[in-house]
Amino acid sequence: MKKAPLESRRQFLHYTALSGAFAGFSLPSLAAQTAIDYREILPQSMTSAGGDFSNYGQPSPYESKIIRWISANPDMPGNGVSWSPLHELQGTMTPNGLHYERHHNGVPDIDPATHILLVDGLVDKPLSFTIDALKRYPMQSRICFIECGGNSNSSWHSRPIETAAAYAHGLVSNAEWTGVPVKYLLQEAGIRNEAKWVVAEAADAASLNVSIPLAKLLDDAILALYQNGERLRPENGYPLRLVLPGWEGITNVKWLRQLRLTESPAMTRDETARYTDLMPDGSARQFSFEMAAKSLITSPSHGMSLPDNPGIYQLTGLAWSGRGKITRVQVSADGGESWVDAELQQPVLSKAFTRFSLPWQWQGQYAVLQSRATDDTGYVQPSREELIAKRGRHGYYHFNAIISWEVSEDGTLYHVYPD
Amino acid sequence: MALSIMFIRISLTLALLCVLPGLAAQPLYQPLGQPAAGLSDKPEWNLTIRPDGGTLPAGSGNAAQGKLLFEQHCAACHGFGAIGGSAMPLIGEVGSLNSEYPEKTVNSYWPYATTLFDYIRRSMPPSDPYALNSNQIYALCAYILSQDGIIKADVELNAVTLPQVTMPNRNGFSAIYPQ
Repeated sequence: MKKAPLESRRQFLHYTALSGAFAGFSLPSLAAQTAIDYREILPQSMTSAGGDFSNYGQPSPYESKIIRWISANPDMPGNGVSWSPLHELQGTMTPNGLHYERHHNGVPDIDPATHILLVDGLVDKPLSFTIDALKRYPMQSRICFIECGGNSNSSWHSRPIETAAAYAHGLVSNAEWTGVPVKYLLQEAGIRNEAKWVVAEAADAASLNVSIPLAKLLDDAILALYQNGERLRPENGYPLRLVLPGWEGITNVKWLRQLRLTESPAMTRDETARYTDLMPDGSARQFSFEMAAKSLITSPSHGMSLPDNPGIYQLTGLAWSGRGKITRVQVSADGGESWVDAELQQPVLSKAFTRFSLPWQWQGQYAVLQSRATDDTGYVQPSREELIAKRGRHGYYHFNAIISWEVSEDGTLYHVYPD
Repeated sequence: MALSIMFIRISLTLALLCVLPGLAAQPLYQPLGQPAAGLSDKPEWNLTIRPDGGTLPAGSGNAAQGKLLFEQHCAACHGFGAIGGSAMPLIGEVGSLNSEYPEKTVNSYWPYATTLFDYIRRSMPPSDPYALNSNQIYALCAYILSQDGIIKADVELNAVTLPQVTMPNRNGFSAIYPQ
């Protein structure tokens, strides 16, 4: 039985209102300072020499529980995902070791000295490129998110999954990708007039292949060699990854070996049997590509509990859109009955994670926390009810509806469907 | 060395440029692609099978051969009779897509039979990709498709007959790009 939550506006604080009960601090008095042994009063980290330098830094051992959560098929361990722990992270950049993974048959071991990229098909002259050659081209950097088309797919189910926020919604990550604009190589090979699509193929044990409209490759596509400043991680496509800003993960082909220009799509398994949305009338949406605007409150979220009642909590989360910039994120504490604008962390970049936050005052009341993103096309993230009304319950892919966390009166958070 | 001559001037290096009309801000770079027409004809660079079947290899197979191969290479995950196991069901449920409980099997959902050959060759079985030869892959396609009567049990599938197969959901997809 749900109770009526307080209106959102009454729960979110303006910064100037942070006073009164939370400002009761007093100054320490000065004690007599004679013959102080600082070794007794300072922490050990200040009174003994520190640890060694390291060739490649690792996270603090105190953070050893901040990991990607792996879900794979035991009979085919290379086919699965690992979820980026977004509910444990801050800012907007996903550390390379925590970027989500989706592999269809494991992570290949590819020697960059022998790997080549072949550009062929409807071109004037087929060309091959070594990795060393690609490193001599002018490079561009692009901060963008990559989201698996199957992210949040448990939200199509009739009951809400009770797991940490990012273990249901964390098949999305954000990084700075640096590499060669694809158009340079296509222009060098000479694009023939009949070319409309490009079949991209990977050098992994799934030989993954997908068809991509040529127009996207001539727009903002990058052949990424670097991820957050260092060479790609093996699980993110080393030595070469196609990055298509804003487009679903499957089209951001890792371990890229070939771009073949064609007149029409190849109708591969991963653009027909998978990553298509089955609609209620039995037809399926194909080639949806652009990931629609979405947001997720990362804290507080499922599995967390609110220690203080009353207390002030820094509600925060991430928003992103495959079509452009996030222009607005609204938050609600009453299940979408009323909304308040959250603060957006600057700079807001197109097709990239945008961090939002707002202080929230909790006084033991029942609440349902939600966030709702709007992008610069005017598109507003739908409620789950609206999305299902439009697409039915069997889409499986491309779930971008509002996600809700219920706060019980004892301060525990659950995943709920408010509709 | 004077700083000015260390930087390349556009007027001196036109020979190296990919000059394209309408691209005023084209950056300077040296084209480093190696001629690769010889690679494009090789089988290892022609893995993708299009719906017209243009790059299908020689060979043939039928459902009876495919049944034996399926039990040997596929049934452990896809179940005996291809009805599903730890991996997806491949057959059955034709006509279920607009029902309350739709099932997306190869035979109910996939729009092209050529995709089945393409996908088996490139990724199945996952423990041993490319271990199956073309005759075996044609036979496996024939076995799966014949289970729902999409082809008759005695049909020999090959580079000519496979692209002629009409899948039940051939017209079930609508492209939403460009929007």
